[in-house]
Amino acid sequence: MKRILVTLLVILSISIFAEIRIGVLLPLTGGISAFGDWTKKGIDLAHKQKNTVLGEKVTLVYVDTRSEKTEAANGMARLTDKEKVVTVIGEIASSNSMAAAEIAESRKVPQVAVTSTSPLVTQGKKFISRVCFIDPLQGTALAEFAGKNLKAKKVTIFVDIEQDYSISLTNYFVERFEKKYKGQVLKVQYKSGDQEFSAQIAQALSFGSDAIMMTGYYNEIALAAQQARSMGFKGYIIAGDGADAPELVKIGGKAVEGLYFTTHYIPDAATSKLGKDFVDAFKKEYGTLPAMNAALGYDAYMLILNAIERAKSKDPVKINDAIRATKGFQGVSGTINIDKNGDAIKTVIVAQVKDGKFVFASSIEPEDLQ
Amino acid sequence: MTINFTIFIQNLLNGLMVGGLYALIAVGYTMVYGILGLINFAFGDIMAMGIYFAYYGATLIRLNFPFAIVFSLITTAVLGILIDRLAYKPLRNAPRISALITAIGVSFFIESFAVVFFGPNYKPFLDVLEDKTIAFQSFIIGNVYIPKIIFIILGVTAAALVVLFLIVYRTKIGMAMRAISADIPTTSLMGINVDMVIGVTFAISSALAALAGVMWALRYPSFYPYTGFVPGLKAFIAAVLGGIGSIGGAVLGGILLGVIEMMLITFFPTLMQYKDAFSFIILIIILLVKPAGLLGKRTVEKV
Repeated sequence: MKRILVTLLVILSISIFAEIRIGVLLPLTGGISAFGDWTKKGIDLAHKQKNTVLGEKVTLVYVDTRSEKTEAANGMARLTDKEKVVTVIGEIASSNSMAAAEIAESRKVPQVAVTSTSPLVTQGKKFISRVCFIDPLQGTALAEFAGKNLKAKKVTIFVDIEQDYSISLTNYFVERFEKKYKGQVLKVQYKSGDQEFSAQIAQALSFGSDAIMMTGYYNEIALAAQQARSMGFKGYIIAGDGADAPELVKIGGKAVEGLYFTTHYIPDAATSKLGKDFVDAFKKEYGTLPAMNAALGYDAYMLILNAIERAKSKDPVKINDAIRATKGFQGVSGTINIDKNGDAIKTVIVAQVKDGKFVFASSIEPEDLQ
Repeated sequence: MTINFTIFIQNLLNGLMVGGLYALIAVGYTMVYGILGLINFAFGDIMAMGIYFAYYGATLIRLNFPFAIVFSLITTAVLGILIDRLAYKPLRNAPRISALITAIGVSFFIESFAVVFFGPNYKPFLDVLEDKTIAFQSFIIGNVYIPKIIFIILGVTAAALVVLFLIVYRTKIGMAMRAISADIPTTSLMGINVDMVIGVTFAISSALAALAGVMWALRYPSFYPYTGFVPGLKAFIAAVLGGIGSIGGAVLGGILLGVIEMMLITFFPTLMQYKDAFSFIILIIILLVKPAGLLGKRTVEKV
């Protein structure tokens, strides 16, 4: 009798506390922890605003990847095997997302990457999707912006030979820029961690470039911009979303003033009610404007809940099918369509540094990039 | 690519500037090597610490920039003495290889300590300066843009080296240093406190590394715990190139290495990605052809 009671009690408590567990895999410590922290803020806010789906409570399970590939894979295994989550949000860096995706794929648990833009992330995988655009789209958008808006004819591209991100951005830029705008391109090389760029800049100057494109990350972009300006370069400087960090201005100071970069989200560009409400709610919660990662984290969470509703199931495989079938999802970073590879097709935002702040400059629709 | 006169002059000056920085750190390597026969691989990291001390001196203690530099020189010198006392002194009579391995350990320790204590992210050195545009100002002569920072760095490097030469060749402590480099037991028999002189050597060379660090951060105003790694290796190459143990050689080696690196990528831009590899090729060539370095004396090992 006692045993039956206990069993009943257990069953009862399970049905009362029935919950849907969503794993969050983020770099909360280590080299890119700043990005992880912003993403967490966005996800927490989304969870606060909407914490039930299919009538059940949503519980978030955070795991720190320490910004490392191996920890990303271990964390994913823990989330799927021990924590029994139905879906995982994360990671930030393409290489970490890829390491985790191997595990997600074998456990058949859907994974939604946040800002991993490398085309390789979703290649040949069925269970990983993402809420950001990919490098081919971004590189093409940069070429479109340079050719159409800036009317650039000669562009020097600084290629970081150690970053896949930089190389693929460069290739897609060159393809579009040479074909559609008949522009000339000079490629100069450097590698992550380099500090002296004067020789490359001297080449850019003698090439007569009206724009310099930096395809790496904010640290090298800031240093190279400084040296370029002090060597008398007066043209445009453009960059990809690797420039999107407040440190760009802190390190680069006056030299990055006027720099254009493509990115996923900027609070300024929010025109929809949804976008504006998000900015207000975020400000109220954290006392600061949301960064790009916060908006994408928010969208990843909301998109998953939306997919669970459409799947009408807690089965990870069905949720995955629903995520992959997402069309016209209204996120705070714009409308998200997930294509057959799991990549998001969405608007590319062009931002500019003005008085040390990132402001909206232009936006490029995916239809314009065909 | 056509090499025009403008680019040549600009890159020559840039090469001199980078070379001056290498020279300042190389002098530290060479002084310690000259006295103890120890290659202190931690010098690059001591330089990075110098940057951190200057940064926190200016941002936390709110010192003016010149005072922040003085603060950084003093604290880094103390750090140098501490490293000697804690890590190297117990190994004075141990085989050289033990001290060398300890030096590598000290290097890793400082880097990891900085990661834990100061955080792994890039920090902006511009926070330290009141005039944030100093790094971007240039002299414009015709169509040649020459960043002012080049002259600041070259001037400070030259002044520091003059002071160093005066200390080594015109003071008693300098004389004691030179005596120790010749023969430690005999020097101590002459009534000289050898440990004190070695401590002073570490202090001076660490302060020079800190000065190099601050100059480095003025030119490249972002730094993180591993900032000192590459400059440290380059300075080591410079010290070997000039003849390790010889102060004049370290200066010559540093400036030569800086100019050679820059000229290589000026004349052969396609080799840009092999810039660092080329420095190591120089190291290998010098070790094969003239192991004592350009100004070094060939010493005979007495058995």
